[in-house]
Amino acid sequence: MDFFHSLILVLDSTVRLSIPLLLAALAGLYSERSGVFDIGLEGKMLAGAFAAGAAAAVTGSAWAGLGAAMLISVFLALVHGFASITHRGNQIVSGVAINFIAAGSTIILGQAWFRQGGRTPSLPGDARFGAVELPFAGAVRDVPILGDIYSELISGHSLLTYAAFLLVPFTWWVLFRTRFGLRLRAVGENPAAVDTAGVSVSWLRYRAVICTGILTGMAGTYLSLAQNAGFVKDMTAGRGFIALAALIFAKWKPVPVMFACLLFGFLDAFAIRIQGTPLPLIGQVPVQFMQALPYILTVVLLAGFIGKAVPPRAGGVPYVKER
Amino acid sequence: MAETAIELKGISKSFGAVHANRNIDLKIEAGTIHGVIGENGAGKSTLMSILYGFYQADRGRIHVGGKKAAINTPSDAIALGIGMVHQHFMLVQNFSVLENVILGAEGEALLNTSIARARSELERLERDYGLEVDPDSIIEDLPVGLQQRVEILKALYRGADILILDEPTGVLTPAEADHLFRILEQLKEEGKTIILITHKLREIMAITDNVSVMRQGTMVATRRTAETSVEELAELMVGRRVLLQVEKGEAKPGEVLLSVRNLTVKDSRGVTMVDNVSLDVRAGEIVGIAGVAGNGQSQLLDAITGVRRAVSGTVTLGGEPVDLTGAADPADLRARGMAHVPEDRHHVGLVLPFEENENAMLGYHRQAKYLNGPFLNIEAIRADAREKIEKYDIRPPDCRLKTANFSGGNQQKIVLAREMEQDPKVLIVGQPTRGVDVGAIEFIHKRLIDMRDQGKAVLLVSVELDEIRSLSDRILVMFAGRVVGERGPEASEGELGLLMAGVEEKEAAE
Repeated sequence: MDFFHSLILVLDSTVRLSIPLLLAALAGLYSERSGVFDIGLEGKMLAGAFAAGAAAAVTGSAWAGLGAAMLISVFLALVHGFASITHRGNQIVSGVAINFIAAGSTIILGQAWFRQGGRTPSLPGDARFGAVELPFAGAVRDVPILGDIYSELISGHSLLTYAAFLLVPFTWWVLFRTRFGLRLRAVGENPAAVDTAGVSVSWLRYRAVICTGILTGMAGTYLSLAQNAGFVKDMTAGRGFIALAALIFAKWKPVPVMFACLLFGFLDAFAIRIQGTPLPLIGQVPVQFMQALPYILTVVLLAGFIGKAVPPRAGGVPYVKER
Repeated sequence: MAETAIELKGISKSFGAVHANRNIDLKIEAGTIHGVIGENGAGKSTLMSILYGFYQADRGRIHVGGKKAAINTPSDAIALGIGMVHQHFMLVQNFSVLENVILGAEGEALLNTSIARARSELERLERDYGLEVDPDSIIEDLPVGLQQRVEILKALYRGADILILDEPTGVLTPAEADHLFRILEQLKEEGKTIILITHKLREIMAITDNVSVMRQGTMVATRRTAETSVEELAELMVGRRVLLQVEKGEAKPGEVLLSVRNLTVKDSRGVTMVDNVSLDVRAGEIVGIAGVAGNGQSQLLDAITGVRRAVSGTVTLGGEPVDLTGAADPADLRARGMAHVPEDRHHVGLVLPFEENENAMLGYHRQAKYLNGPFLNIEAIRADAREKIEKYDIRPPDCRLKTANFSGGNQQKIVLAREMEQDPKVLIVGQPTRGVDVGAIEFIHKRLIDMRDQGKAVLLVSVELDEIRSLSDRILVMFAGRVVGERGPEASEGELGLLMAGVEEKEAAE
């Protein structure tokens, strides 16, 4: 029973740690499926987290925070789009630039506005996305196993968590059951086919990066308004890159993206849990190793050991008509 | 006089300093097959891309069905009933046939109803025009002939009355090409207007009603096909008389210089691309390998020239064995007298951003004549390049010009000059005239015959059956990685075509 309870706890923190990854990875999915590689997920998430923290601190409303985060992330996504779609620039360079801009400007603006060393002020409960108690969570708490799972694991997360999980089937539906999704997938594979079919490649890709912006804004908001009570400098701490790794690991497919994010989240939760305690047979595992595992797994995957990850064929290539 | 489907008036288009189209007038009669012919770079594709709204003309007007039309995007053209089958198919490789057909013409925002509608519409089109293709198969699993059919279906699904086909037979076997022509005939009978862009004179004569000839961005003539001849069209295309038939004497084959035994090559996925191929090339003969693109010819060339590792088999060059298992070093093979004109001059044969003189000796840059101690002897290299430019009539005659700025034919001459001037024993040539204009083809063919007459062993791979037939002294046909037959140069096109399509030797002989 004790083991079961700690398992529930690890899984519970797995969910908490996976959500920013899931939102960011789904964000990346829209952009990359349209052929625009986005290494700037990290930066957009960070800027979103800051905007959410700042707006919530000023207005006292979590929803205002979410709105501000989406706004600023969409803005940065449009910058990336302007550079890589309209001006056909190098998508990696543009993405890296956004990461740097976000890392620097959030600290500078944070210090200038709030004078707390780059943080935003600590937020009271109603300016955050707090835990949502699902109906009967309290009532079934004492039911063995199922009660534990329902009240600990399933209930008690923020609205953004539930939204993130709902976004997985929604994204699948958009991608594979709508006109927009068909065109989005097509433009990432062969933009010339879309162009000659009489559909604007640029407008399609812009809409894709806007989706990316909205979702990275949500990811950032989750960090500063749900997981924490305010913005702390560099609070994304590489999650944007892990999300990117998860996206590749899941071969750019929505449902596998969720499982990849849960896996990486679990590794993180597990690492925290076993910190300092030696494992049987293996002994003490350095935290750094656990933190590096998502990347190691992704590299192993890319090396072709676990199937093959084929990126969208037109990914990373600006669309230019012949000549 | 039939009514006019399309009329172009004074169309001009420049890309930077290049005038792709100058003041072009063209009238297409409704319900006819109209050929547009010209050398590569004559501006045919540009003109059609303007008609399809892919490019915008700098000047000029387009009339469709007698009314002035503003075609700014492909969707404008589609709305006017114009459809286009591009030379490089505009298909999404990992989509199904259905998805490709509806892309851009889905109708409402959700897919299920549009898919269902497309399925029944496709069935009707297949029935009406004999365009069978499984709507659920994935494009990349389909042979090119069927992929092209999907392109035609795409256009018809959008209600095209005017169909533009850009070099449609380049990727087809003769049999597939014949089938395509039957489909086009049938479309014509249904009242569709077809514009066929090609550089193959034979196709023009076989199927078109009218033909327009373009040269260097201008429209030089329009003729009734019945009232013109291959010779006249060739002359109009090039601007001077052209020898269409290569003149060559008897071959005098000598000793075997290149011998390949039981060569097997696999690709990176482990699929067998070359299957137990054996062949000999003697001094003073040209051995041609015919086949539809993708039947292992490329991999065979790569293995022989040391670019790709073979799984098994032996190659002897001038009697000396070549080590294939350790991936024979192309430089070593060059030093031993094997010259190689690669199939793909842009990616393998040349470094396009380099100056002409650098490409003219690349690969042979370790030879003493190009060196000055540890450094390159720039003066010697340029002098050498100027000599080759003169001898091979490379234009413009500027050895400092960036290679990318030469036309396809002249780029190919740069590669040929580099390889042929090394005085090799064995010359391996892949697709020597792909994307090369008629004038340059004539020159290249002559040079290849010269090499043969000088006693070189020439192995020629080409997807152009005409080229194989007119140059080769012996013809090997490859299908699915195997050599499925050997014929003399007198073999008929139909006979070779059957072999290329994989019809068994016995059946083909009947």
